Amino acid sequence: MKKVTYITQKEEAKTASASSGNLMELAIANNIEGIEGDCGGVCSCATCHIHLTPEDFETVGGPGEIEEEMLELEDNVSPYSRLACQVPISSLPEQITVKVAN
Amino acid sequence: MEKFELPDPFEGAREQCGYGKVEDQDDPVTMLLRLRDVRKTAKNTQTFQSGAQPGRIVVPSEVNIRSTRQIPFEVDPPMHRLYRDLLEDWFRRPEKDTYKAQLSDIISKLVQEAKSKAQVEIVNDIALKLQSRALTLLLNVPLEEAETWISWGTHVFRSEDNPVDGDKAKILYDYIDRQIEKALSNPGDDLYSILLNSEIEGKKLNKEEVKGVMILTFAGGRDTVINAVTNTLAYLSSNPKALPAIKEDPTMLNTAVEELVRYFSPLTHMGRVATEDTEVCEHAIKADSRVSLCWASANRDPKTFENPNTIDLERKLNPHVGFGFGIHKCLGATHARHVLRTLLSVLAEMDVKLKMVKGDSNIEDWGEFKRKVGYDRLEMKFS
Ligand code: FES
Repeated sequence: MKKVTYITQKEEAKTASASSGNLMELAIANNIEGIEGDCGGVCSCATCHIHLTPEDFETVGGPGEIEEEMLELEDNVSPYSRLACQVPISSLPEQITVKVAN
Repeated sequence: MEKFELPDPFEGAREQCGYGKVEDQDDPVTMLLRLRDVRKTAKNTQTFQSGAQPGRIVVPSEVNIRSTRQIPFEVDPPMHRLYRDLLEDWFRRPEKDTYKAQLSDIISKLVQEAKSKAQVEIVNDIALKLQSRALTLLLNVPLEEAETWISWGTHVFRSEDNPVDGDKAKILYDYIDRQIEKALSNPGDDLYSILLNSEIEGKKLNKEEVKGVMILTFAGGRDTVINAVTNTLAYLSSNPKALPAIKEDPTMLNTAVEELVRYFSPLTHMGRVATEDTEVCEHAIKADSRVSLCWASANRDPKTFENPNTIDLERKLNPHVGFGFGIHKCLGATHARHVLRTLLSVLAEMDVKLKMVKGDSNIEDWGEFKRKVGYDRLEMKFS
């Protein structure tokens, strides 16, 4: 089980845990505001944009080419942006805090 | 078995120069064909506006048949955001379980009916009915209302010999006017009433604004959904392994629908008007001229999509623009996605077998590009 804390734009924190799936699915299952997951995780809607901390970004890794092209055009993009649907729970450290970008 | 295929007519031009030209009622359009350019242009709402003269960003242009601005589609930021925020929650209702159950009921009945007949014509007897009945859910009006919409036929603006038929469009506009008056005198919990009761910055929406949202809801989800449903059935008939695979693994529903939307691209393109002299893809675009974002071409761009002309129901990375891109992306996408998911899951659950008998292709004519977008008629057998 990995523990994930989502911080929304309204600065509300919510912690959830999972052992499989991805960060978008976990957010949807826990009604995290600002994560819509419209395309169900195929990297086409960018409604699952999050920011990692620099350290976690190092551990989890950066976006692939297709994801990067999506992120390039997003508002509120940071060097540590990811699309939550492209981050598998299995790639995470035991505990992680992510910020919802929108 | 007839092979189902929607060929990509844009390949050559997309590779060579990245754009194409279309004549349209003395207001030509530069079609942008590459995924990257389409996305970038969609995001640049300052230089490529939607809030031009009502009807002008549509291709073929509707400036001669309508003066009502479609909302939020023909509105630019910052006003766009205010309208969109007002509508978002309502258009996400398809995610609710009751909505899904009603949708499933509508679709199951149509499939049962089709199975009981020797042969069915898909466009009129399935797709049009399905689209109309499902729309009653989105508007939250009684199911019977769909019968009126079905009687209008598949096209609201189009007749046999005229792609923008003003008389036909008037039927829809007059109908919407009447429904708005009805909702004013007898408010309920339908979309008209909800909108008439909504406020932006302390001001109630006026009738013209409500009409603008309603025209968009009717027109935007008509041919597009009809084509998507028809093409889905045509595809399934030539790929008999698809439904059993979905039945075996229902998690495929999501990737399958996204892939079908990518491949079908039910809306070929949508225009913008340049607010200044600019360029896209090293091609000069003059101020006040039109460009279009060609979703259909972008969705086959081999720079991003591996084997773009193959339907892969399990495509994992699928950054398609079948529902548009950026702030104007399709407001009805949640509804449309659920229509297609439910259609696939009902057919899979019921072990339906489909056989194509005869299809008349619907070919759009965009100057040098002829694009098959679906069918005018499609005869099939259900068993
Ligand atoms: S859910 Fe659509 S891009 Fe992540």
